[in-house]
Amino acid sequence: MTGAAARVLVIGVGNPDRGDDGVGCAVATRLEAMGLPGVAVAHMNGEITALIERMADESIVYLVDACQSGALPGKVRRIDAAREALPPESPAASTHGLGLAQAVELARTLGQLPPTCVLYAIEGAQFEVGAALSPVVERACAEVARRLRDELTTTALGKGVQHA
Amino acid sequence: MAVRTIKVDYLARVEGEGAFKVTVRDGKVQKAELVIFEPPRFFESFLRGRQFSEAPDITARICGICPVAYQMSSVHAMEMALGIKVEGPLRDLRRLLYCGEWIESHVLHIYMLHAPDFLGYQGAIDMAADHGDAVKRGLQLKKIGNEIMELLGGREIHPINVRVGGFYKVPKKRDFAALTERLKWARDAALETLRWVSTFDFPERSRDYEFVSLRHPSEYPFNEGHIVSNRGLDTDAAHYDEHFEEIHVEHSTALHSRHKGAGNYLVGPLARYNLNFDRLSPLAQQAARGVGMGTTCTNPYRSIQVRAVETIYACDEALRIIENYQEPDHPFVPAEPRAGIGMGATEAPRGLIWHRYRIEADGKIAEARIVPPTSQNQPSIEEDLREYVGGWLDLPDEELKHRCEQTIRNYDPCISCSVHFLRLDIDRG
Repeated sequence: MTGAAARVLVIGVGNPDRGDDGVGCAVATRLEAMGLPGVAVAHMNGEITALIERMADESIVYLVDACQSGALPGKVRRIDAAREALPPESPAASTHGLGLAQAVELARTLGQLPPTCVLYAIEGAQFEVGAALSPVVERACAEVARRLRDELTTTALGKGVQHA
Repeated sequence: MAVRTIKVDYLARVEGEGAFKVTVRDGKVQKAELVIFEPPRFFESFLRGRQFSEAPDITARICGICPVAYQMSSVHAMEMALGIKVEGPLRDLRRLLYCGEWIESHVLHIYMLHAPDFLGYQGAIDMAADHGDAVKRGLQLKKIGNEIMELLGGREIHPINVRVGGFYKVPKKRDFAALTERLKWARDAALETLRWVSTFDFPERSRDYEFVSLRHPSEYPFNEGHIVSNRGLDTDAAHYDEHFEEIHVEHSTALHSRHKGAGNYLVGPLARYNLNFDRLSPLAQQAARGVGMGTTCTNPYRSIQVRAVETIYACDEALRIIENYQEPDHPFVPAEPRAGIGMGATEAPRGLIWHRYRIEADGKIAEARIVPPTSQNQPSIEEDLREYVGGWLDLPDEELKHRCEQTIRNYDPCISCSVHFLRLDIDRG
């Protein structure tokens, strides 16, 4: 990779002002600091249309987001979103909130999902306004940044050649 | 006792929570309560002790969908306290920023959130399978709103280029060249949007609301004007407090707003439209008439049409501002700290926002108050539900819940200043 455009996009999703919801952006910040060649990093608030738009012309996208599923706080899950549907967020019961899972599914329906789309979901403990990351989520943040670095420097960038 | 709860949470944004409960006894709606959470209250305390110049950046973080209205209300309030006036091209650029925010927010609501209700889909994903072209049009149109925000605000969300007195950096005339062509497309797409939503079936409902919005001598209101109502209110931001009060209600931690001596009132697109139809651009007026809309509208379900008309206006107004733009000599009017009190009221996509600040001689914020649109509309939302749910009690729970949600969605409650997680309880006793 010598000065060409980035081949992999990492998007940290969340609101840094809401406790563990900021973990996606915190991972993105760590990745940015690593300065991995060929890797572009974005921070987004998860608004569905902007997310779809940002992913539209990319081949390899990694999404990092906080989640609430009832698992133990700090649990990290890696989901291959290009191959499997994300669990829905009960759209029928939401008045306004459209989340990352819906952005991915809508992009899939419109034929705009990147061929490689991987989600790292980190279980949050608290989502208080103005709170910092919980210690357990902070540790998960470091773990995901490390795993992403390893994955991006080996598998993903290798795969990227096939999509080039 | 039949109480059912739907909990909404998985990989969701956690920027606001809400719950809604309808209590039915003997076939009659006894109570309809909407519970919302309000980050602005947190920001009020967060702002105290900070410099006045920090207010725009801090208040922009209250909401990911309508940051401009929050930050502009704070900026106007600070400018009143500091005794400065922003006019000419800087004022026009501020209006252009509102155009971007209105396009983004209205298009998101129309296409992603509200249209599926009318077309009988669970959500935008199901709808996209059958109406892919419409959804793609919505995405493109919204993107042009993002582009305005990016050009003027420095980035798409939480704009950082706004300061008390103006901007940190202003665009050159040539910076608008590409945007102009795209805005022309956007205006056509907005016209098509209005035609599209006008084919929907609307429940026949009408309420005698007290509409409250800004009104300006010559403009459709974004950032300036008197605060007026269809029942004779005529005041300004400095005197808002004399006419409106916030009260605690038992079932919600959010404050409810009330017009003193008058009760509930409505802010937002429907209010603006009813009070300012004559201030819409000729194209927007003509488009509204073309789909059979009158100069007033009291059916809350038709708010989706009004949002489409306002989107046409926002595109039209953006083109007008860009065409007439002359780069100002300075990107801002200098603001020196001094002790004072200032109030600002502007129109967020979902309605009037009011801010009040007291600042110390050294420029520190001593007091901050922020009244968001959704807390003003919350009593009206509950009233709509009480009134309408009674007519739907024969429906099964799921369908009834959906009707309730559609009714709440009429108000486009803000993603972060109010409802995100919505739990619904229907208690039939």
